[in-house]
Amino acid sequence: MAIRGTEIKIQGLTHRYSSRTGVTFNRVDLVSPPGEALAIIGRSGCGKSTLLHILAGILKPTEGKVLLNGTAITAPSPRWVMMFQAPHLFPWMTVAQNVGVGLSFGRWSKEETEERVTEAIKLVELQDFAAANVQDLSGGQQQRVALARSLVMEPELLLLDEPFSALDAFTRSSLQKDVRNIAKRKGFNIVFVTHDIDEAVIMGDRAVIMAGSPGNIVHELDIDLPDPHDRHDTAVQALRTRLMATFQEAANYKKPESATLAA
Amino acid sequence: MSSQTATVGGGVVSAGVSGNCLSRAIKSTADKSLHFFVGLGVLFALWGVGIYIVTLNPTMSQFVDFGPLPALKSLPEMWENGIIPKALSSTGYRLGAGLGLAIVIGIPLGILMGRIRWFQRLTNVPFQFLRMISPLSWEPIAVVVFAGWEQAIIFLIAIASVWPVAFATASGLAKVDPAWFKVARNLGAKPWHMVTRIIMPAITFDILTGIRLALGVAWIVIIPAEFLGVTSGFGYAIEDAREGLEYAHLMGLVLVIGVVGFVLDSICVLLIKRFSWHRG
Ligand SMILES: Nc1ncnc2c1ncn2[C@@H]1O[C@H](COP(=O)(O)OP(=O)(O)OP(=O)(O)O)[C@@H](O)[C@H]1O
Ligand SMILES: [Mg+2]
Repeated sequence: MAIRGTEIKIQGLTHRYSSRTGVTFNRVDLVSPPGEALAIIGRSGCGKSTLLHILAGILKPTEGKVLLNGTAITAPSPRWVMMFQAPHLFPWMTVAQNVGVGLSFGRWSKEETEERVTEAIKLVELQDFAAANVQDLSGGQQQRVALARSLVMEPELLLLDEPFSALDAFTRSSLQKDVRNIAKRKGFNIVFVTHDIDEAVIMGDRAVIMAGSPGNIVHELDIDLPDPHDRHDTAVQALRTRLMATFQEAANYKKPESATLAA
Repeated sequence: MSSQTATVGGGVVSAGVSGNCLSRAIKSTADKSLHFFVGLGVLFALWGVGIYIVTLNPTMSQFVDFGPLPALKSLPEMWENGIIPKALSSTGYRLGAGLGLAIVIGIPLGILMGRIRWFQRLTNVPFQFLRMISPLSWEPIAVVVFAGWEQAIIFLIAIASVWPVAFATASGLAKVDPAWFKVARNLGAKPWHMVTRIIMPAITFDILTGIRLALGVAWIVIIPAEFLGVTSGFGYAIEDAREGLEYAHLMGLVLVIGVVGFVLDSICVLLIKRFSWHRG
């Protein structure tokens, strides 16, 4: 197995949207080794999507930097691809065209594009819809097209922002396994944001919990389990319970200095 | 303008949806062509009856040539002796040149208006003002400014049709979802991909709708614009027929003008349907 993945090093990352808004998060430090699947969990509004946008090079951090194998991320690239919280498909393109759009921006041969697009569409089980207009798809199907559109790029780092929240439990659980398997097979890194503790345990090698205002990483938990992470496995369930407890603890988290200030 | 755009979009949708089911499609086509022919028949009948009533008065008997039958009969003759083909080519050339200019200027202008806030604010009032000036009122000025009547007429067509194209382009751009740019950039799109792969397909529908409106205006403006100064085109041919008291020819030409306008508009509608991705 060739490791395509990269070491992600987040150093002193601070972000605020503008001088009028508060600091979203303050001096975040994090290292993720090559090939790791990292789950980020945290309450709504704590800055998870913002962090992912910075990792994708779409947002510039106010301070600090993100290094991929030592090189700073300063702009988007097909090597680190993000799947957004909303599908944002191109309505004038078919499903297949949407999936292949990233390849069409690069120098890929027609055969290779077709092969990869077919493979990606098969993975998200939309073979019957390849020629359909994306506006005729359900919300969950659109989300799957967006997933295929990101996977087809075979990036070194795949960033997923609540990728499966619009899906039914069945499809969700099969895609969770599939995405993890592909990442492991191809060896690329995943950083995914989720509200779902099960998802973190099933897809992740490690989970970090963000909390506080400004946000930061307050806990982390290794999900040190053999593949596949099956939800009925007792070890998986034990870890799930632990993560849940840690998450609840973190929900009551207050930064020491802000606690003092409030007192 | 936006309300007109919406109307076109609605028509396109209903056509696309009913097209899904073959038998329903056939039925709807049959319905449509029935309505088409009945409507046309009523128009001709009213025309014939009107002229008949007018010519009941003996002093008005020369008006009989204004009727539908003489007009229809004059068509093969005018085709043979070259009046219609020549008018088609001269008027067509002026229309094409004027509209072409309007498109070449109007689309970039609309992109500037849609993308650059200060440009939009700066030009909004002047453009709205210019848009309200009847293109024909430029004619005396155009004749002085340009070397010949030919160029003057092309200028009139261009200035009449540039505004619908520019405003439609701008309003199309305003509706482009900024997230599409974010997604494209994220997947490695270069700046030119933004224009060719995102902006253009996203607003082709709006541009074509603008061109359709522009064509309507241009076709209405070009006939009177040809009344003066030139010796070719439909406007000239009508004036010529009037002076020669050839009323059957005159009405035949009016018929052809209507048909050509209808055909051009239908081509636009087909193109709009082809490039539309809008739903409900
Ligand atoms: N474009 C923006 N401009 C200003 N503030 C923003 C912007 N986007 C997000 N924020 C603010 O930054 C904070 C973090 O937002 P973010 O979207 O990263 O949260 P999140 O953790 O992804 O939440 P959720 O789980 O609900 O998706 C929020 O308080 C939000 O109000
Ligand atoms: Mg979010």
